[in-house]
Amino acid sequence: MKRGRAILAAAALSLAGAMAVRATPPGAVSDEAVTGEGMPRSLSEYGFFADAAAQVPARNVIPYRLNTPLFSDGAEKLRFVYVPQGAQIAAQGEGLLDIPVGGALIKTFAFGEGADRRLIETRVLLHRADGWLALPYIWNEEQTEATLAVVGGRREVTTPAGERISYRIPNKNQCKECHGLQGAVVPIGPKARNLSQDWLQDMVPARHLAAMPASSDTMPRWEDRASVPAEAAARAYLDVNCAHCHRPNATASNSGLDLRWEQEDRQALGVFKRPVAAGRGSGGHEFAVVPGRPDDSILTYRMDSVEPGVAMPELGKSTVDEDGLAVVRRWIAGMPAS
Amino acid sequence: MVRKPTIAALLVAASPLAAAPVLAATHTIAPGEGAQERLQEALILAEPGDEIVIGAGRYELTDGLSLDVDGVTVRGAGMDGTVLDFTGQAGAGEGFLVTSDNVTLRDFALENPKGDGVKSKGADNIVYHRIRVTWTNGPDAGNGAYGIYPVESQGVLIDGVKVSGASDAGIYVGQSDRITVRNSIAEANVAGIEIENSRNALVENNLATRNTGGILVFDLPSLPVMGGGNVVVRRNLVVANDTANFAPPGNIVASVRRGTGILVMANENVAIEGNVVDGNPTAGVMVIAYTQPFDDERYNPYARNVAVGENVFGRNGYEPQLDGADRLLAAFGGSLPPVLWDGNAQGGTGLRVAEGVAGWTLGLTRPGQAYGEANPAPLKVPAPADAGWDDSGIGAPPELEDRLG
Repeated sequence: MKRGRAILAAAALSLAGAMAVRATPPGAVSDEAVTGEGMPRSLSEYGFFADAAAQVPARNVIPYRLNTPLFSDGAEKLRFVYVPQGAQIAAQGEGLLDIPVGGALIKTFAFGEGADRRLIETRVLLHRADGWLALPYIWNEEQTEATLAVVGGRREVTTPAGERISYRIPNKNQCKECHGLQGAVVPIGPKARNLSQDWLQDMVPARHLAAMPASSDTMPRWEDRASVPAEAAARAYLDVNCAHCHRPNATASNSGLDLRWEQEDRQALGVFKRPVAAGRGSGGHEFAVVPGRPDDSILTYRMDSVEPGVAMPELGKSTVDEDGLAVVRRWIAGMPAS
Repeated sequence: MVRKPTIAALLVAASPLAAAPVLAATHTIAPGEGAQERLQEALILAEPGDEIVIGAGRYELTDGLSLDVDGVTVRGAGMDGTVLDFTGQAGAGEGFLVTSDNVTLRDFALENPKGDGVKSKGADNIVYHRIRVTWTNGPDAGNGAYGIYPVESQGVLIDGVKVSGASDAGIYVGQSDRITVRNSIAEANVAGIEIENSRNALVENNLATRNTGGILVFDLPSLPVMGGGNVVVRRNLVVANDTANFAPPGNIVASVRRGTGILVMANENVAIEGNVVDGNPTAGVMVIAYTQPFDDERYNPYARNVAVGENVFGRNGYEPQLDGADRLLAAFGGSLPPVLWDGNAQGGTGLRVAEGVAGWTLGLTRPGQAYGEANPAPLKVPAPADAGWDDSGIGAPPELEDRLG
């Protein structure tokens, strides 16, 4: 008897699910896809885009940029946040925006410019009742649809620097390697300090953001890196590119290296810090950072490598970020000895 | 691979018994086209209690594998039957990464991972059974760092594994608690077996040979987890560790002298007994303080309460990689006594050595003191006060044994 009722209930549920998806009007996000239990097989099921190929967002899907972005082999990144109707983001000082359950972050990776632009993958972070879920979707050749690829994949692309590479799309577990904090998946990018003040201000009257964050600390914009102090540019770069792992309670916590923007202890930042588990990643050097000597620092040695086992970051990198490396080298070169 | 939730699964999920693997499934992977994707997909979509069987054969993998589901068993067809070949690895920092609890890895091999072999981080109650990690070109600074690499974990049982060629440590346990490493072979690594910043570790019935150093127990400063201690090293064969150090400079093990049998550095409550220690050119047992400068007030650089009990010492210390080796050898009659102490004691917690075991001391008086200031002399220290150690609470939780066999 119980069993029969359960079957009926399950059938009713799935029917309701199907109807809800069909009932979603064009240009509106499917809240069922965002907050439901399953892993939607195609990106279009979410309805995040009014025109996905052109990356035109749907209603309540808001594009944003980061002041200093994560380098991903030079991929162009199109970032969006979805805030469900009637819900609002809460600011938490200079830290991560508190995006409500039902919200989502969407990031598309593309290579090529203008008419040659090809969408490679779109990663979604869904805020469900039981936490965040990270899923990767890979675009088809026709650029008409992106399909769930929990195992990730590889695609041949040409970087903006003209390098032909095998670009790695992370699998679902690898999403968590960067997004994991104390065992849970969390967003990384949208911290108030790394967002445009103008964008934040616009989000308030649009009723997407409850109020402006109280904080005033702001990371420099990457395009301004030559004109801002070397330390600010480098520390912003390290926070965004490294500190999701190199911080307490995250993937590289056991290294003892903490590259977060707010970290002020020089040894935690790598200054005269000996390696722990670097292996040949040490490159024969004794310390992560030797003030005044970027050529003798493990940090720059590993940034300058693409070899697995040596290269940092370990994931999402097939090429050296020459601009990022230059910024970090400049910071170390100008660092006082004590 | 995508599993449709069954009615039964829904009912189980709603019940308080959800954690019990009532509906454990077995997923079998065979070699051939798309094996990498099929295997990784199985690892991602597995549910607690499931078993993933990797069929016999050689799997050429280009990316690291990872598992983040609790309670999964990954089983191959034997450490010579199922080989995960990472010679062509293009990405990730290790061959296989485990980040979930209660996982069992058994009966398969990894060859030539570019970074570490199997890393398990924050993975409590993990069992490694009959896993082989081999760098097939032998000792080489270009090899990956660690073969078996559990870190920041509570409950680690390593049984019957075999690691060779690691440019750091073959079997490395770091920043963990309740650990057993046993019945395993570590050959031709820089460090055979290394227990670092960990507590309550039992290292027994292993063979460590042809490494630079056989078995290392130590504590390093400036790490999230420190205060290593309560370590028992017993009934191991620590023989002929005579490979020149091939660790990349900068790493702590790069300072290990060729031919160190058992090394204890900056640790507390370490018992060394019932081992066969022979053919280690620098020292059979070396007990020292941390030698580098450090800036971490939580850190204790001394080796405290280290007891060398009854062991079988053969010929050790016959070709020591030490300054003034010739003079030392002449003074001690051709080979050095089996136990080498640096002389650094914190209060009354210095080294204890069983009666009849010969040793010598560098006669240093403070950690970090230059070896040039040594005053070598025969060792005269008391015997361990109590021969019987209370080793309850040391070693992996006994229930992990249930997953062997």
